[in-house]
Amino acid sequence: MPELTYLQAISDALREEMRADERVFCLGEDIGRFGGAFKVTDGFIEEFGPDRVWDTPLAESAIVGTAVGAAVEGLRPVCEMQFADFISCGFDQLVNVAAKMHYRQGLAVPITVRLPSGGGFSGGPFHSQNPEAWMLQAPGLKVVAPSTPRDAKGLLAAAIQDPNPVVYLEHKHLYRRTKGEVPEGRYELPLGEARIAREGTDLSVIAYGAMVGVALEATEDLDGASVEVLDLRSLVPLDTDAILGSVRKTSKVVILHEATRSCGVGAEVAALIAENAFEDLDGPIVRVTAPDVPIPFSPPLERAVLPQVDNVKEACRELLAY
Amino acid sequence: MATTTARPAALDGSEDGRGLLTRDDRARLYRYMLLMRATEERALTLYRQGKVPGSYYDGHGQEAVSVGSAYALGPRDRACVLHRDLGAHLIRGVRPGRVLAQMMGRATGITGGRDGNMHFGDRHLGCVGMVSMLPDMALVACGLGLAFQIRREPRVAMTWFGEGSTANGVWHEAMNVAGIRRLPVVFVLENNQFAYSTPNDHEFAVDPVERAAGYGFPGIKVDGNDVEAVFSAAAAACERARTGGGPTLIECDTMRMHGHGAHDDMRYVPPELLEHWAARDPVEAYEARLAAAGIDTAAIQADVRAELERDTEWALQQPMPDPPTATDGVFAEVAEPLGDGEAPWSRWSPDREATHA
Ligand SMILES: Cc1ncc(C[n+]2csc(CCOP(=O)(O)OP(=O)(O)O)c2C)c(N)n1
Repeated sequence: MPELTYLQAISDALREEMRADERVFCLGEDIGRFGGAFKVTDGFIEEFGPDRVWDTPLAESAIVGTAVGAAVEGLRPVCEMQFADFISCGFDQLVNVAAKMHYRQGLAVPITVRLPSGGGFSGGPFHSQNPEAWMLQAPGLKVVAPSTPRDAKGLLAAAIQDPNPVVYLEHKHLYRRTKGEVPEGRYELPLGEARIAREGTDLSVIAYGAMVGVALEATEDLDGASVEVLDLRSLVPLDTDAILGSVRKTSKVVILHEATRSCGVGAEVAALIAENAFEDLDGPIVRVTAPDVPIPFSPPLERAVLPQVDNVKEACRELLAY
Repeated sequence: MATTTARPAALDGSEDGRGLLTRDDRARLYRYMLLMRATEERALTLYRQGKVPGSYYDGHGQEAVSVGSAYALGPRDRACVLHRDLGAHLIRGVRPGRVLAQMMGRATGITGGRDGNMHFGDRHLGCVGMVSMLPDMALVACGLGLAFQIRREPRVAMTWFGEGSTANGVWHEAMNVAGIRRLPVVFVLENNQFAYSTPNDHEFAVDPVERAAGYGFPGIKVDGNDVEAVFSAAAAACERARTGGGPTLIECDTMRMHGHGAHDDMRYVPPELLEHWAARDPVEAYEARLAAAGIDTAAIQADVRAELERDTEWALQQPMPDPPTATDGVFAEVAEPLGDGEAPWSRWSPDREATHA
């Protein structure tokens, strides 16, 4: 199996879906001649032509809104937000037009919206956000956040083929830093299935996206403790069985995400555990997240805000000792 | 690109002056306007009787706009219909009874009680139901047009909006992408003089039809109370779109003769203005024209009345939705694209296809 970066895996998934299914096309700012701000669609316009690789004007509502129209007419648009942060400018089309359409009108909207998300590079308050919690409040959207190249490819293919609007969070930190074996050819991974990244019995760390790697690193050698790392992969639908199964096994849980704290994915997962596995817990549910602040620009400030390996170690140690 | 004012349709009483409308077409245009008015009047009665929950909006006085424009659509064309445009739904094939059931929140309304009043579109008839956020559907219409363009299909997407909606940034994005890609979209702007209580002089400094030129495509202004003038402009715009000529903005000058919704007493509208427009009622004016041309308008009226009676009775018997189903259908299991709509214009009937295609 070839070793690919996370970015190559995303690019391959998109290219293979476009080759196999002529309904698939992509649209976004600077994705054609320039190949995208992160080069995910490098070479696409040469292969697929300008009709299927649309260099749109700077207009996020137009990107999402026209995608909705094309989708209900039978196409499979894949939108790129240049940075996840800019989804705020196309948010209305996403949450009011796309998300509610099937419930209200029985009309499926098979669009994929790719969101290069996350911080760690001094992107500052407008190029570092993890906006997934906004999407969780919009029933009708599916939300995925892969952490490995293999998952990135399989989940993007599944997102494109899914009959619903799917928000696909691709963490920028993983693009070129994360490598892994990726099967050749087309394959899909089911939306809504978590993955145990490492088995363990003493404590569960529940994470997704870039934080899965942080969780693995932080708990690799934690005074001999056996720590399970559960990679959610999909936030909507949420794999509640996998979450509760892991908690029932270890009885202690740390929830880790890079997004801000209040009403985040961690809050939802914590509530789920408290409602359904209270009797199985041997300690408080612990969250490690960014605090409720915009992501600052200067490196020491940004590091202070984003969860670091040491923060996770400390949280795990404390909970193990509880 | 110059903004032009469409030539009014000929008033010779027998045909529209361009050979596009047969006598039967003209009778149908009248029938759809009448059906829209009658359905909305009935819905308003049901609202006042407490049978229509929530709020109530209609397009009283604007019948010529949606009827005249939607009448130009072919079966495979698509429509994003707005809240003053019941005529477009009727033309695409939605029966009045289903509209009344929709407004009453019944299980057999177009959205099955999921959404109310004019927030619907029958996907089996090529319509995408509107959302409240105005004018979001203008972008969806662009996307429909984009699909036709990518697949090289001679088809058209039509959408409607009020002049108030042209102040929102989404409108600019829609006009801009339509212009850049020369999308096959017909934008029908209904200038009914007010956005809720806000008059034209608070809405824009330049008549929005003038803006079309700034996006690189034609804008034309027509008498929105003359159904044939609206139709002529729409037919020409559809033809342009179908043959690769790109989008058109049609501004229809008209008047909202009711309040913004049934709760609105319109005290902000000067009475002289209402009187001026009342004298130009689109349904009455067309009736006079057709009657003068020897068309039996009384028979059409009787027919519409009978249809409404039957449909109202049917709608009132429809069940309310079952409460436990409220959580169903958030996600789709399969993606079924839009179906085709009815297209009553004689151009689309099989025996006319050869001469007009
Ligand atoms: C973005 C947005 N803001 C506010 C509203 C509330 N609203 C509903 S209709 C309306 C007036 C619309 O005016 P116009 O576009 O001219 O259409 P008309 O109702 O006059 O046909 C307003 C303000 C809305 N629907 N959408």
